[in-house]
Amino acid sequence: MTRTSFWQRIVHDDQLRMILIFVPPAILVFTIFVMMPMVQAGFFAPWKWSGYGPAPWALNEATDATFGKWVGERNFERMFGHAAFQQAVWNSALVIAVSLLIQLPLALMLALMIYRSTRANTIFRLIFFLPYILAEVATGLIFAFALDGNYGLSAWFSQLFGMEEAWFPLAEKPWAFYSILAALVWKYFGFHMMIYIAGLQSISSALLESAEIDGATNWQKAWYIKIPLIWPAITVSIFYSVLGALQVFDLVMPMTAGGPSNSSHTLVSYLYNFGFIRLDVGFGSAVGVFLFVTGVLFALVYRNTVQRGQ
Amino acid sequence: MNRMFTWAEAGRIIVLLTVTFVILMPIAATVLGGFKTNGELRVSPFGIPETWHFEFYGEILGSKQFWIYLGNSFLISVLTVVLTLLLGSMCAFAFAQTQFFGSRFLFGYLLLGLMFPVAAAIMPLFLTVRDLGLLDTAWGVILPQVAFGLAFSIMFFRTFFKEMPAELFDAARVDGCSYIRFFFTFTLPLSTPILATIAVFVFVQSWNNYLLPLIMLNDRDGYTWTLGAMDFRGEYAAEWNRTLAFVSATLAPAIVFFLAAQKYIVAGLTGGAVKG
Repeated sequence: MTRTSFWQRIVHDDQLRMILIFVPPAILVFTIFVMMPMVQAGFFAPWKWSGYGPAPWALNEATDATFGKWVGERNFERMFGHAAFQQAVWNSALVIAVSLLIQLPLALMLALMIYRSTRANTIFRLIFFLPYILAEVATGLIFAFALDGNYGLSAWFSQLFGMEEAWFPLAEKPWAFYSILAALVWKYFGFHMMIYIAGLQSISSALLESAEIDGATNWQKAWYIKIPLIWPAITVSIFYSVLGALQVFDLVMPMTAGGPSNSSHTLVSYLYNFGFIRLDVGFGSAVGVFLFVTGVLFALVYRNTVQRGQ
Repeated sequence: MNRMFTWAEAGRIIVLLTVTFVILMPIAATVLGGFKTNGELRVSPFGIPETWHFEFYGEILGSKQFWIYLGNSFLISVLTVVLTLLLGSMCAFAFAQTQFFGSRFLFGYLLLGLMFPVAAAIMPLFLTVRDLGLLDTAWGVILPQVAFGLAFSIMFFRTFFKEMPAELFDAARVDGCSYIRFFFTFTLPLSTPILATIAVFVFVQSWNNYLLPLIMLNDRDGYTWTLGAMDFRGEYAAEWNRTLAFVSATLAPAIVFFLAAQKYIVAGLTGGAVKG
């Protein structure tokens, strides 16, 4: 193809012109701000680097040692050996456990109660969904107030049980993270409930009527018909809650900021504290790589097992 | 109606009202808390204020800083929405209407974005934004937000465009309409439901975003309201009533927006979930 014929094609072939104008901007923005940083995280992970000066692999060992140095797998060793990191992994596992054992069953139960379109149900749905659109920062601040021993709910509880001293759950070791778990359930159960409601509304009423004629009770209808039929929606909501669990951050900052003594970190707040705040680019990238690999592995395994054939 | 049914119904109502109470109580306490003095708040955190103090809300609503925060958040959110819609719909249109060399590869490449959490790449992303000179600018938040929202919006747009009647396109082509003109005069105006759904989602996400602004913005005059709220909390650590008033003042637009846009929010949620 000669140069002129290429330009002629652009002038005359309006499909090609459209592709050349419509596709590159999205690809460019995506590449610069998603793909490249993701790949760079892999490259930065084996270095100790503050992010200033030349890229670590361009360093001359003798002269630029102050900027950074190769540490190989030591960033990962440090991470896996760090008690705060292990706690953060454990906390993320707790988020998943609470999500699967408390949040999703609660959402399912409520969805079964209010999926029919009546006026009252619509109002309940709106109320239950409301926390989902509130900012996590606002939610976190509200819970931080309610759980402040000098003010809110915990003060009220302390008085109720005649405790001498006010209780500060956000400053006590296991309770700080349990409080975050409570806030998470409060904020996100409505989201899962809406997914289930959409599934339930698409079940044909003929099926339920015929079950009714056969004498099925409400429990039997829910257990043997409704839940199996919305199983695809349930697998989607499990998928969202596990991936979401790996990304919890905004709620942690206003409630505990990871404290007391690093007991309430999630993976992301750990990354923020020990990578970003300390400008430890290599270490932060190593945590990022762990986060990425965990998420992708889960997604692949889940898609090929639980969600197979959907 | 038999007796059993009534008991079940009563249980249902009790559960629903309990959950309603658990949801609305903290929100109500927050709004009311802003009307109390700090002393009263300590004694009665959840009750109705004895005397209504309007000065805490007044101070916040009257302060320039508060409106700067809201303005910044609004600007960032609107630009994020506009760019996401524009780049996403154009790219999805090309994928939906044509097959070109590498189109399947490029589509798969963009969909990889669905798996990447922002947080995993946050360190290199910070360096990228810094090296582009965009730290402490709205663009430093907007562009990464657009980039991370593209995969999801392109997937939705492409599905929607593919379901549009092909006859319309064929007829327009016969009349000599170009691809680009067809996109702007027919495709976009016919896509208002999906545009609105994605716009609402992207807007809410951007409005509520905390991590990206936290990383990218250091200058208080460039803060979004989420950063401002945390800053305010730090400043008045001993006075919860002021922080509650601040939070309430930001809840109001969120709740109004939610009531106005809930149709689209629910559509977006369930559309994605049921098909997924």
